[in-house]
Amino acid sequence: MTLFGYRLPAMSSLLLWALVWEIVGRLDLTFFVPPLSEVLVTLTAVIGTAPFLKALSETAQAFAAGVSAAVLIGIPVGILMGKSRLIDELLLPWVNMFLSAPLTALVPVLMVLFGFGMKSIIITTTLFAIWIIILNARAGVLQINRSLVEMARSYGANPFQAFYKIYFWAALPEILGGVRIGVIRAVKGVIIGQLLISIVGFGALFELYANNFLMAHFWAVLIVLFALAFSVSEILAYLERRVSYYAASR
Amino acid sequence: MVMPQIKEADVPDMPPQSDNAVVARGISKTYGSVEALRDLSLEFPRGQLTSLLGPSGCGKTTLLKIIAGLLKPNSGEIEVNGKPVKGPGPDRAFVFQDFALMPWANVLRNVAFGLELRGVATSEREAIAEKYIAEVGLAGFEKSYPHQLSGGMRQRVGLARALSVDADVLLMDEPFSAVDEQTRRKFQEDLLNLVQNENKTFIFVTHSIEEAVYVSDQIAILLPRPSRVSEIIRPTDLRHKNVDNIRRDPEYLDIVDSIWASLRSYVE
Repeated sequence: MTLFGYRLPAMSSLLLWALVWEIVGRLDLTFFVPPLSEVLVTLTAVIGTAPFLKALSETAQAFAAGVSAAVLIGIPVGILMGKSRLIDELLLPWVNMFLSAPLTALVPVLMVLFGFGMKSIIITTTLFAIWIIILNARAGVLQINRSLVEMARSYGANPFQAFYKIYFWAALPEILGGVRIGVIRAVKGVIIGQLLISIVGFGALFELYANNFLMAHFWAVLIVLFALAFSVSEILAYLERRVSYYAASR
Repeated sequence: MVMPQIKEADVPDMPPQSDNAVVARGISKTYGSVEALRDLSLEFPRGQLTSLLGPSGCGKTTLLKIIAGLLKPNSGEIEVNGKPVKGPGPDRAFVFQDFALMPWANVLRNVAFGLELRGVATSEREAIAEKYIAEVGLAGFEKSYPHQLSGGMRQRVGLARALSVDADVLLMDEPFSAVDEQTRRKFQEDLLNLVQNENKTFIFVTHSIEEAVYVSDQIAILLPRPSRVSEIIRPTDLRHKNVDNIRRDPEYLDIVDSIWASLRSYVE
């Protein structure tokens, strides 16, 4: 966007919203919204403390484990569904159901099954991420150029070679798109899991701040989470652009 | 003046059995209730180029894919070098109408892909690929990606891939139909040189009468619904002519005319 002939850098509108936040905070309308400057000062103070770092590392671990499981299971399952009519018929209704299901309602069940710890949070994260990854990998395989598959067969590819030399790469643009959306959903999953279980990670931290009306702390942690989720999504979008050059020419 | 020598499929002076690289015997193929091929038998002499020519929907690509082992016939048998075909094999290489290049791989890897699947070591297969890339006139494009090449250059990559696996039989499915007219003419000339120099058997599917007569040692005309070989034409004198003179040779013109005469009633 240009304003008065000057080209504005990307996301410069955020400055305006930051200003609005600061003014609303200064007006002292509600304890719920402290001024942004106060939040930022709290942020720098909080960010090095032991509870914050502990919460961050616990969250990162649960997130990494949950996303890895979703990717490592989701992509092969999606590819198999795209390749095999039988597997597709068996699994597709479930995948569609879970994709649109309110998974938050499942978290208490998971807690009963897997305990009040990391295991439940990791499984929650995986459940949030995996379905869209499966569906996108499946869609990617379904649009593969048939003659690429015939090419691999005619030059002697066994089914395993066809899988990782052709199907995976031909579906890669869609797969990465699915992983990006899956990862964004996983951020929700890991936080919702922690909030409901609320004795580990940021969940415990939120619980602590909210119960003690430490709103500046609360917002500071929230800003960190938003920034992390946004960065992860942008990194994946960058990877997606790097393979999209061949998406149109398959 | 040599008259065009048009013969029926069962004329006695066909090449002897042992000289056929590929033999199709009694091939039938149905898709659901549609009969694509019925009891089709055809012999493909070694070291020569045989065209499968016919109107669209006559099953020529189906026959080619059956020979490739990509499709199973409902009955009948294909023999390559005397051995029955069970599936795809290293004795045959396929050139695809839409090139079938991997868009995520550069020219070098695409050409070497057949060797890669066979487990040939990287340095060895890249040396072989480079040789054939140069042979099809793409030297300097080894690191290019398919989307950076023109249609004609992409098909040269497809051809180099087929040559690099050193198969006895090259199966070409309307390989020049997706490239422009001038490129196609150049391809046809190059193909004639290839047939002369490579000592391979070529099976060439086309819907262009002129193309078939120009490049072929033997033309099998297929008629549709269900497909069978209606006649086999062997141009006698064209092979020894200079590539520049073939298109105004009386034999060439006569064969083109007679094929059109037998096909025209099948064109809607």
